[in-house]
Amino acid sequence: MREIALHLMDIAENSVAAESRNIHMDVLEDLQADLLKVSVVDDGRGMSEETAKRVLDPFYTTRTTRKVGLGIPLLKLAAEQSQGGLTLESESGKGTRVEAMFQHSHIDRMPLGDVGTTFLTLLVSYPHIHWIFMYQLKDKQGVLNEFVLDDEEIKSALGDVSLTEPDVLRFLRGMIEEGITALTPQTEF
Amino acid sequence: MPAIKSLEELKRVREEALAKKQMKAASGNIQVIVAMGTCGIAAGARDTMKSVLNYIETENLSGVAVTQTGCIGMCEQEPILQVVIGDQAKVTYGKVNAKVAVQIMKQHVQGGLPLKDHVLPI
Repeated sequence: MREIALHLMDIAENSVAAESRNIHMDVLEDLQADLLKVSVVDDGRGMSEETAKRVLDPFYTTRTTRKVGLGIPLLKLAAEQSQGGLTLESESGKGTRVEAMFQHSHIDRMPLGDVGTTFLTLLVSYPHIHWIFMYQLKDKQGVLNEFVLDDEEIKSALGDVSLTEPDVLRFLRGMIEEGITALTPQTEF
Repeated sequence: MPAIKSLEELKRVREEALAKKQMKAASGNIQVIVAMGTCGIAAGARDTMKSVLNYIETENLSGVAVTQTGCIGMCEQEPILQVVIGDQAKVTYGKVNAKVAVQIMKQHVQGGLPLKDHVLPI
């Protein structure tokens, strides 16, 4: 995988497979602390403590943990290669939280990638899930700007109109793109 | 913050979409499914999906539901895309990059003719 945004999508697929109703996806670029932190928090079926330990290690991925497979170990590796790490907390019947941290300026840090497309594709493909996306950018002086997209208002305004109707797609894509662009200066290179 | 830039605008968008949908109601339900397992995503499935969404936008294609599915056990054929039109059998395509996705949208989803070259025999 070439982008952190693709990993986020992959982790979110696990949350969907775990029958979550609410999924929070957060991205924080903290230039003051030189950190990049991403997380996916769901209220799906969760895992036992034992399973939660196992999914971090690709060699322990057996059939019972197969729905997770290589996704989490790959993200863990990417985080560890840039002075960061991955934490996973889960409770059976309650949900799961996956958080990955990276040193923002690390030469080996994977690029963050196209976060907007990750948000948009998840939002429109799983309309039955309540999505909350957040993208925060803290500059070197510590000034925090954020873009938050909670789909609840959008869905209630749309009623029975599908999220993949062309006019609606145009609106959503525009909203996400504008929201993320407004957080500039862009820090990707 | 532009979190919800304008709900009023969205309501107007909804009215317009409803009106267009009523005109097209006869064409039947169309479903486009993109496989988004770890294998699919690593092979470029998000670009495939983006291409499908862009096509819907630029061609003003109403009445197409776009969804995702997980790994379907043919990782070597990813990105995989499936098309279901009305009550016809599901057609599964392999190695669907952004470009092939456009061809499928044009020829199959809009034109009703499956794209034989990329169909997987399942």
